[in-house]
Amino acid sequence: MSEIYIARSSEIAARVLGGEVMVMSVRDSNFFTLNEVATVIWQAADGKTSLREIVEQTVCGEFEIELGEAMQDAEQFVNELAQHGILKVSGGPIAAAGAEDTP
Amino acid sequence: MTPAHEFGIEIGGTPVLVRTRSDSFGRSLQQRYAGFLRPAAQGSLALDVDLLEPGGPVADEDLSVQLREGEWWMERGDFAARWDPRTGSGKVRQPENPYSLDCVLRIVHSLVLAESGGVLLHASSAVRNGKAFVFAGVSGAGKTTMARLAPSDAVLLTDEISYVRPEGGGFRAYGTPFAGELAEPGANVSAPLAAIYLLTQASEERIEEVDPALAVQALLRNTLFFAQDAALVRRVFATACALVAQVPVRRLRFRPQAEVWGLIG
Repeated sequence: MSEIYIARSSEIAARVLGGEVMVMSVRDSNFFTLNEVATVIWQAADGKTSLREIVEQTVCGEFEIELGEAMQDAEQFVNELAQHGILKVSGGPIAAAGAEDTP
Repeated sequence: MTPAHEFGIEIGGTPVLVRTRSDSFGRSLQQRYAGFLRPAAQGSLALDVDLLEPGGPVADEDLSVQLREGEWWMERGDFAARWDPRTGSGKVRQPENPYSLDCVLRIVHSLVLAESGGVLLHASSAVRNGKAFVFAGVSGAGKTTMARLAPSDAVLLTDEISYVRPEGGGFRAYGTPFAGELAEPGANVSAPLAAIYLLTQASEERIEEVDPALAVQALLRNTLFFAQDAALVRRVFATACALVAQVPVRRLRFRPQAEVWGLIG
């Protein structure tokens, strides 16, 4: 199975408030609140670490979720945010990742 | 050529100098914005209004606001306007009715406010005991109802569009001439913003705490926000977050009865 790399888009505004991460697309003003698992993936989305590594190293460890199930959820979340331009997704490492005001 | 009328309309402590060559239009504007007028010399922002002949286009087309080469262009069926934020000046071409200029003023103030970390909200607001309270909601949520039910010692800031901006480490709410169903301008006064209530009509009176993320989302939904410009979206988002961090945002479930004001404070 091919690796997926993810990076936070620069076309977003993001803040942590009350322990929750809020992300807004500056392209279409869509607004997202990330749950705990999504927040961990979001914060690790540096464009250099593959999604599988992120899930193995952080999600499975912190939330005691089985890898297959965690990967399925992560891919669904990543695809949803990618559709709104919130995350960039690539088959290889992504250079110059991240938005100015990401947490 | 000297305009027939030149005067400042001050909202939120920010005067906009309005110039028109039409005597009748100038007089009708001075009547409409009576509580918000300032001498011409006090306006740092300026709008020149050119009137179109009667029988022109109507206001039922969608509003478009776009940033082109540093200038904001605003167009609707009834008017075309542009405003340069670098010089603080602009031009409006519109028929002789006050609604077109009212819309341009809302847009200009929303843009100026965004720069200073403030916001125009779809909300009624009032001052009581030296504190301002904002009641936000979509059409039909009860903005005008809350204004109508206000006790006699409350001063109404607006029943439609609330003006909020940062001041002294918190936020302050100002009166606006922008009226809704009440068809009356607010008072030109201001007070520190004590709380924002998200309105929901219900069968009882109750106040509920609101999760911060939901509060930010609700404020964004009630923000007057005319242009899909990335820098503007970032500023409006940051302002909504700052408001939620500094001002209590609560949900107010209420019946249209005067007793609801007993919960406010």
